[in-house]
Amino acid sequence: MQFPEAVHRELVASGVRVVGYVPDAGHKRLIELCQADKSMRAVVLTTEEEGIGLAAGAWLGGQRSALLMQSSGVGNVINVLGLLKTCRMPLVIIVTMRGEAGEFNSWQVPMGEGTQAVLETMGVAVTRAEKADEIAPLVKKALRKNSAEAILIAQRVIGIKSFQEQTSR
Amino acid sequence: MKLERREVVKKLLEKRGKLLVVAGLGSTAWDITAAGDSDLSFPTWGAMGQAAMIGLGLALAQPKRRVLVITGDGEMLMGLGSLATIGVQKPKNLTVAVIDNERYGETGMQVTHTASGVDLAAVAKACGFKTSKVVTKKISWRKTVHETAGPNFLQIKVIAEKLPLVLPPQDGVLLKDRFRRALLGKG
Repeated sequence: MQFPEAVHRELVASGVRVVGYVPDAGHKRLIELCQADKSMRAVVLTTEEEGIGLAAGAWLGGQRSALLMQSSGVGNVINVLGLLKTCRMPLVIIVTMRGEAGEFNSWQVPMGEGTQAVLETMGVAVTRAEKADEIAPLVKKALRKNSAEAILIAQRVIGIKSFQEQTSR
Repeated sequence: MKLERREVVKKLLEKRGKLLVVAGLGSTAWDITAAGDSDLSFPTWGAMGQAAMIGLGLALAQPKRRVLVITGDGEMLMGLGSLATIGVQKPKNLTVAVIDNERYGETGMQVTHTASGVDLAAVAKACGFKTSKVVTKKISWRKTVHETAGPNFLQIKVIAEKLPLVLPPQDGVLLKDRFRRALLGKG
């Protein structure tokens, strides 16, 4: 089983019903699985910030959610992460990393370097998957914890090396 | 003629029944509290720009309940993209009411974009809201809030006035837990 299938299975097993996302090449397959799943609502967002509000509302209404984004999106959610911390709401955020080994776009590097620190500063617990088979177990563990958790997927796991390769996926 | 915000919000929440309410930070949070605090109200004290998205999450999680977001023009402008996101999801049970005084009321009454003619109702309509109106006089909103298949959008023009603060609880955990307990029977 590929990691997107394994992660999707964990989301279903934990009763995740709402999945917010800003598209990312590394999340392409997982987004497709969530869209195809009738038990889930995959919500496309204009900015990652919206995913925090969405998750907070879903939790108030009794549903668990997950949020998919790229590391650049972590910069967009800083202030609103305060909502999860102040109200002590759970959310699992799955982040595909950019700006790491293999990056072709230097503009992705600053936020990639700051991603983990930003999340931790705002009270989100961070774990990192260096290999594809580590991702689903980390998601499972995070879903059990009932708090704000982020799983960072190392860029080398996704393995996109060029812009041409990204657009052709 | 412009309306008085506290009167408008009181009217929006009249005989609210099982209505689930989210309020944007600042004046609209004070307005819903002045109209009568409720366990099924979630006033925000931060996360500016997210009130409509909290409403969307709630509406998707609770499709059988009606959800009303009451927020200000400044708060809505910060989350303008959420109107597009709501337009894609098309929740039938969601109404977003913007109490539009054309000012940032908590920071010194500086003018917002709506004072220069930015038309939030037109944005909502273009994003796919089923109902979208600019309201300048007293009408009954009861049907829109409680019955009309949404998403619905009301941009209600009100007088720019500074009113006595009527503050809801500030403890986020309390606000969340009381809401979930009242709605779901658990914290």
